Amino acid sequence: MLKKSKNIMKTITNTNDLRKLSEKSKEENKKYDKIVTLCAGTGCCASGCLPVITSLREELERKNLTQNVKIRTTGCHGFCEQGPLMVIEPGNIFYCHVKPEDVSRIVSQTLEQDKVVEDLLYMDSISNKKIPYEADIPFYKLQDRIVLIQNKLVDPCNINDYIANAGYSALTKALTTMNPGEIIEEIKKSGLRGRGGGGFPTGKKWEFCRKAKGNPKYVICNADEGDPGAYMDRSILEGNPHAVIEGMLIGAFAIEAEHGYIYVRNEYPLAVNHAKIAIQQAEELGLLGKNILGSKLSFDIKIARGGGAFVCGESSALMVSLEGKVGEPRPKDIHTTEKGFMDLPTNLNNVETWANIPFIINKGASWFASKGTAKSKGTKIFALTGQIKNTGLVEVPMGISLRKIIYDIGGGASNGKKIKAVQTGGPSGGCLPEKLFDLPVDFEALAEAGSMVGSGGMVVMDESTCMVDVARYFLEFLIDESCGKCVPCRVGLSRMLEIINDITEGRGTEEKLNLLEETAQTVSIASLCALGKTAPNPVLSTIKYFRSEYEAHIEEKRCPAGVCRELIHYSINKDKCKSCGACLKACPHNAISVKEKVYIINDEACQKCGICKESCKFNAIDIK
Amino acid sequence: MAIALNKLDKILKGREGSSFELIEVLQDIQRDYRYLPEEVLRIVSEKLSVPLIEVFKVANFYKAFTLKPRGKHLITVCMGTACHVRGAPKFLDEVLGQLKVKPGETTEDGEFTVETVNCLGACALGPLVVLDGKYCDHMTTAKLRVLIQEVRGNAKKK
Repeated sequence: MLKKSKNIMKTITNTNDLRKLSEKSKEENKKYDKIVTLCAGTGCCASGCLPVITSLREELERKNLTQNVKIRTTGCHGFCEQGPLMVIEPGNIFYCHVKPEDVSRIVSQTLEQDKVVEDLLYMDSISNKKIPYEADIPFYKLQDRIVLIQNKLVDPCNINDYIANAGYSALTKALTTMNPGEIIEEIKKSGLRGRGGGGFPTGKKWEFCRKAKGNPKYVICNADEGDPGAYMDRSILEGNPHAVIEGMLIGAFAIEAEHGYIYVRNEYPLAVNHAKIAIQQAEELGLLGKNILGSKLSFDIKIARGGGAFVCGESSALMVSLEGKVGEPRPKDIHTTEKGFMDLPTNLNNVETWANIPFIINKGASWFASKGTAKSKGTKIFALTGQIKNTGLVEVPMGISLRKIIYDIGGGASNGKKIKAVQTGGPSGGCLPEKLFDLPVDFEALAEAGSMVGSGGMVVMDESTCMVDVARYFLEFLIDESCGKCVPCRVGLSRMLEIINDITEGRGTEEKLNLLEETAQTVSIASLCALGKTAPNPVLSTIKYFRSEYEAHIEEKRCPAGVCRELIHYSINKDKCKSCGACLKACPHNAISVKEKVYIINDEACQKCGICKESCKFNAIDIK
Repeated sequence: MAIALNKLDKILKGREGSSFELIEVLQDIQRDYRYLPEEVLRIVSEKLSVPLIEVFKVANFYKAFTLKPRGKHLITVCMGTACHVRGAPKFLDEVLGQLKVKPGETTEDGEFTVETVNCLGACALGPLVVLDGKYCDHMTTAKLRVLIQEVRGNAKKK
């Protein structure tokens, strides 16, 4: 939902005024008997939350309840599979899959009589019981939500909501009680590492940039979340843009930077819009601009919309792209903290990293460092997707096991099939088999196993997924996204795809498999930037853990999961076929014909897309 | 057909000579014109002081830009990992069967353009197809068929 900025009040020039505004905003909220929070993130919008919001607004007006009940539309709560989501406070009542026609019951029963509407409650598939309170739902209960929790507390288009929730208090603390050196020390002590995938210590990066010579300095928020299967950055920027802005302000103060950019994917229209509104409101209030809160800090933020190139997630490529050019990375012998955007010292951090900063400043480095493992501190947000029951955003302490995330929080497989792998770290990461699910999720453990934390994508795969096909999928992706500047990545990946195609199409040999591994290693060593260096991970990890699947393709010319089109064959099982004709209607390739009520698939025309199987209600389509 | 240039004037206002604004300017042109017309790019090159070859390089490099006019309706199939493992490749077969076009192509009657995207960040609802900006979640080929037929039906009524 694209909203317009709401009218706000006059500029505040000191910390006292900010505190007063916070108190006032809190009082405003207390006026209401009930607050109905509705998720209006991209996911819930797709599931139809907007008509629900309209109908709730109308119903409240009709019943004259607008003075008593506040509607708060927020960003993503993370439990996207259950959307549209509604939480009613006080009481923490949680309703899922809410439809406009449910609204009148919600108003008359829950809002007017404090009764729960049973059929809208979440049904826990393990205990087979309905759970009325949000906090009791295993998906939420087992998480440790520090950054994400705010998404349901604030309307992203209303800065007062953020301020009422202690927003900009970390900035106040930093400006009034700390000097830049102390801030950097605090971030270093917290152990915070870059959440975008690199895992570089944030405090150290800030220190490099602070010490670098050159003016003005820049800070950049990388919201070019290009990893397919990851959307935590979208959710934060969409749901709580002020946390990112506050983090950037603290960073700018510590580094002594004057200008900031948020580089955000244009494929995320809601995030672009909410970030724009947030910047505008912060400017109106004087939290961006000259002499912020009466201090010597002057800082502005602009938005740059990414053009849809995966390589621009790489910091040096992103900075060139900000200059309006083709996003090609450059060698990293000179760090961007010294010569970055416009050849000036530039500090780039990812959305989630920035959003963690206010919490560290407010609660202290030792509080943050108490979570996580020896080298990976704090919490991390993962996007749990794929063939799993509870898809959504999961914030957990670093070091939690994959098994806990996938089975306890994620609820296990979505369709009764066996889970066989999880893909972490996107196209730069790898596929880890079920036997490694007890691994702790931290930067070191996942890298050692041949994958990576990456930006936090976690795609769960069951036995219907072919791991050779997954490797092929990522190679195609990376070839498409390779900028073409260096040869190992540009040429090497294409050669690798040729070999993988040979394997998935029945022309594979043991020698080719060895050549694939060898080429992968060369690409990894010789490529210029992280895109190329990590590109072989999906291939190498699948060969390492799922070699038997490769061998089945090579030796038996068989795809065990029934995915690789050249190695499978579709036919209609005459005993099961009821001659309904659904498959004939559905086939987009005109490959099915009928003669005297007997349906057959014409092998030459069949493209093996599987649409006939999807259309058949009698399970009469066989794949061999 | 001549291209209306008043939209361009608005986009370029205050940005003359700012070569680093190139991508932002192209984003706005893509939004307002639905593609990057050559004559518009020539003016952009001149006004921003960026060589035409650079303008085309950038226009070709980034996925957000198209140099050919798009059809009236845009079908975007998400090919992200989460959608892929939930069967997204099938939708390209369905689209090919229904509309006889491959990704990146426009139907002969100019009604539909089909594109793929690497991820829309709504992975929990996959597989996803977007029709003219509207996200269609938990897609099946049967639903996609109905969707295309509906748009076709509406076009005929008009």
